[in-house]
Amino acid sequence: MIEINNLVKRYGNKFAVDDISFSVNEGEIVGFLGPNGAGKSTTMNILTGYLSCTSGTAKVGGFDVLENPLEAKKLIGFLPEQPPLYLDMTVEEYLNFVYDLKNCKLNRYKHIKEICEVVKINDVFKRLIRNLSKGYRQRVGIAQALIGNPKVIIFDEPTVGLDPKQIIEIRNLIRTLGNDHTVILSTHILPEVQAVCDRILIINSGKIIADEKTENITRVVEDNRRYKVKICGPQREVLDMLKNKDGIVYAEVMGERENDSFTYMVESAPGIDIRKNLFFTLAERNWPLVGLESMGMDLEDIFIKLVDRNNIADTSRKKRAPVDFVLPGEADDESKNKQE
Amino acid sequence: MFAIYKREMKSYFTSPIGYIFMAVFLALSGFIFSLTTLLVQSSDITFYFTVMMFVFIVILPLLTMKSLSEERKTRTEQLLLTSPVTLTGMIAAKFLAAFTMFVGTLLVSSLNFLTLYKYVPEGSEINTAIIVGNLISIILIGMCFIAIGIFVSALTENQFVAAISTIGILLFLLIIGFLNGLIDSYIIRYMISWVSIYNRFGNFTYGIFDFNALVYYLSITVVFLFLTIRIYEKRRWG
Repeated sequence: MIEINNLVKRYGNKFAVDDISFSVNEGEIVGFLGPNGAGKSTTMNILTGYLSCTSGTAKVGGFDVLENPLEAKKLIGFLPEQPPLYLDMTVEEYLNFVYDLKNCKLNRYKHIKEICEVVKINDVFKRLIRNLSKGYRQRVGIAQALIGNPKVIIFDEPTVGLDPKQIIEIRNLIRTLGNDHTVILSTHILPEVQAVCDRILIINSGKIIADEKTENITRVVEDNRRYKVKICGPQREVLDMLKNKDGIVYAEVMGERENDSFTYMVESAPGIDIRKNLFFTLAERNWPLVGLESMGMDLEDIFIKLVDRNNIADTSRKKRAPVDFVLPGEADDESKNKQE
Repeated sequence: MFAIYKREMKSYFTSPIGYIFMAVFLALSGFIFSLTTLLVQSSDITFYFTVMMFVFIVILPLLTMKSLSEERKTRTEQLLLTSPVTLTGMIAAKFLAAFTMFVGTLLVSSLNFLTLYKYVPEGSEINTAIIVGNLISIILIGMCFIAIGIFVSALTENQFVAAISTIGILLFLLIIGFLNGLIDSYIIRYMISWVSIYNRFGNFTYGIFDFNALVYYLSITVVFLFLTIRIYEKRRWG
């Protein structure tokens, strides 16, 4: 359904998208995962014909978006990063406008009603878009993309600005859409793509660094070997012990201090559960263990894991770069919401 | 394309812009009309149209300042540019909407001329051809102004910058024609007369259909709309 070959988009000397190729089959839900500025939006904008590429081709339903833009655009419903809403229109007027704009042939009244039902904007149907909250605006944006029942739906960060309950609703919606549409969505939140997508494309600095089935990514994520340990005891000696202990490949002080206890980050060797052993060792030395929790993985860890997956055995972490997107806490919240 | 036209027309009346435009247009045209004809007991309306041209310089940018700049600022252009509408269609729709507003209000203001027929002195006649000629030429000039306004509005995200720049450009194009008499050099005069929108105004005001002027005004309009399209193309490739 979608075919992208050697796509390049260059701004001056900077490559926003650097030679990426992938294809998406009909009925697939594909997630674009990457930090801010990775090239997700650029790729989507090229795919929808809003931007042109420097080189390479993008085809939707067999139509090249540059050579045959009208045919290609007819197949696409697009929700850009910022929903393209006219604030001076009511939701009703706006959706009718989009209906006309897309030259839609379905039964006007019924089709628009159906979409409003699906994205739950019936109660604001007659209201001015200017007066709607961010969550509702986002949903009107999604409604707009669904008008005309396009075969391909492209969502750029569809759940930004929604509250946790709405996020779950939108995710469910996207999953339902996946039954008879091809869906591409972008996000920088890992649990989101895990929850919704069949396939995940991880993109960083304009390059695709992984193209995987969701199960594979999940397996990588579950293979988590890092713990946050809070121990009462002299900092230096505890750290020395941790570093020299069998089964621990890496340890560092995380700097949180609470009375006489410190927090350490500990990474165990693959295939070993260090927790019980660590408990007894600490008990022996009379350093009480006051906290132990498994650390969530951030996107960057997954990048590294995916790239080095084949030689994972000798992965020793030399240095941890600061995390600049999806804090572990945020990701945890996401997954908690999901469980609810 | 029709959808965009319809929305554009609607937006003139859901915001104050459309009403302000019509009110100012009608008030000023009525005022200037009575000043230039009724009060001086003259049926010569050419001077009225000359003054109206300056009024248009100020009020026509009201119609065009928002048309593309606002779309860009609110990112709604992303919807238009990713929907199955050609770029030409989109810009033509914007142009036609502003043009409709202009011509519609102009026709309403033309009711003023009916008063001339009532007060015409016995034995003389009002030359309808001159009125129609003036109307046609003023419509053509307005058309150029709107095309230029649309072009400027594609250049910026700020509607006020668009409005002020448009007023500046239009004023320049009009005033340069008046400079003509002050310059000796033939070549410069010739060049100015090419740029000047006002110089082509002449023949219509005598009730003569000037084909040259028609082609001139149409070309200016098409050139500026074409440049607007190029700006969008360039931005896409940029």
